Amino acid sequence: MTTSRTKQPGSETAAIPLAARPSLLASPGIRKLGLAVLGWTIACVIFFPIFWMVLTGFKTEAAAIADPSLIFSPTLESYQAVQDRSGYARYALNSVAVAFGSTLLALVIAIPSAYSMAFLPTKRTKGTLLWMLSTKMLPSVGVLVPIYLIFRDVGLLDTRTGLIIVYTLMNLPIVVWMLYTFFKDMPKDILEAGRMDGASTLQEVLFLLMPLTLPGIASTGLLSVILSWNEAFWSLNLTSSNAAPLTAYIASFSSPEGLFWAKLSAASTMAIAPILVLGWMTQKQMVRGLTFGAVK
Amino acid sequence: MPGMTGFAGLENYRYLFTDPALWSAMGTTLLLVGWVLAITVVGGTLLAVLFQQEFAGRGIARVLAISPFFVMPTVSALVWKNMMMHPSNGVLSWVAESFGLPAVDWFSSLPLTSIIIIVAWQWLPFALLILLTAMQSLDEDQVEAARMDGAGPVAIFFFITLPHLKRAISVVIMIEMIFLLTIFAEIFVTTSGGPGLATTNLAYLIYIRALLDFDVGMASAGGVIAIILANIVAIFLVRMVAKNLED
Repeated sequence: MTTSRTKQPGSETAAIPLAARPSLLASPGIRKLGLAVLGWTIACVIFFPIFWMVLTGFKTEAAAIADPSLIFSPTLESYQAVQDRSGYARYALNSVAVAFGSTLLALVIAIPSAYSMAFLPTKRTKGTLLWMLSTKMLPSVGVLVPIYLIFRDVGLLDTRTGLIIVYTLMNLPIVVWMLYTFFKDMPKDILEAGRMDGASTLQEVLFLLMPLTLPGIASTGLLSVILSWNEAFWSLNLTSSNAAPLTAYIASFSSPEGLFWAKLSAASTMAIAPILVLGWMTQKQMVRGLTFGAVK
Repeated sequence: MPGMTGFAGLENYRYLFTDPALWSAMGTTLLLVGWVLAITVVGGTLLAVLFQQEFAGRGIARVLAISPFFVMPTVSALVWKNMMMHPSNGVLSWVAESFGLPAVDWFSSLPLTSIIIIVAWQWLPFALLILLTAMQSLDEDQVEAARMDGAGPVAIFFFITLPHLKRAISVVIMIEMIFLLTIFAEIFVTTSGGPGLATTNLAYLIYIRALLDFDVGMASAGGVIAIILANIVAIFLVRMVAKNLED
């Protein structure tokens, strides 16, 4: 992509007569410099709150509420305090368990269903797939009451299991849909060759389909992990202490503890860092998953 | 409150529709969705055009600009509330003061605006990400041809880029509408729907009725309304996805 585009500016200056070029952008050098300054300024302004949060995490509480300053002596005391006093690890563990648990469960359910949709389609397959996607468009708040009541009655409130179930159901449409598109891209001949050699359906899926589409499965899984990790409607409504993940833990800084900016920042930085990195890595898949393929 | 036992019929809906809080919440939802959509779609389109141009370090600048989308909602809301918008120690008030302007007490004088800013900050990167992806299929030769014919950057934007992005923009609008209709965490950790009902949207009203007032019937009726509103948008979105599934 970049290689084809890098040619453009050079050829363009050669091809266009001087008069046709807008005078403001007369010199490509100045134009590029201006673009760089503008682009970087906007990017930095958008990123600033995150940058500031990371910075504040390394300040003392006193320095955190003092006048904004870039110069300070960095300290790890907030990180220390967050670990020691509030049991950050417990919440982090809940987040990890819930995000990965729900992703694994979703993959286990979605791989067989996407397999059947991609390789053994019937005339109702498309309709089923669209119906599944449409459930993703259902606002969570619409089912808050029934889910809350069911969870209360069967004792799933404030449990990791409960949250895993909700997140699995929440992400299942996207996971099935993404796997379906990856499976569809796979050449059918390979699976057929396997079948000729006497592979059962299970062997076909485990030893041919899954290894061949591993990158697709991995990026689908990552997207599901990101979405579950950041989910903040169900975690706030269905958990209180035992199963509370990081989203709920951070929310506990909202009232009286909100004054501890350095600790809030340290805890937030730890909570978002892994997902930020994963997000950067999976941008493309993110678009594919979030728009249901409507934008390519 | 409707009868405590037995079948209520449409009673819950009657109470819901005569509840002034519902109409205030609908208004708030509309303002929130409308403003965030306007900011993110216009901003996202312009930024997508900007980040499509070649410049030094473009890759890193892009990554920085889309980052807020990966930050969990409770973190973004609290970072904005405490460290950006705090009336005395926040960065915004410090900036205002260094220009000799009075500091704004964001959450008490402009509560809904504050929420809109936070939510727009989270969703602008989403619009940018989708539109940048859509930009990549823009026909460079067509742009080149237009430039040869003497079209300026503005004309190219309005007659080539924008029509090309039309589809992607409508996808962004629909997906954002569905998610923005039920913004919850950002309100929960910053204003708790207040002051008064100033920042109570439909989702937050349902939460109040269900889990704070324990009026399950009325909350369910509210939930059905939220689902109907989302479905109006979803119908068009599903149609678009279906069309795409064919090719």
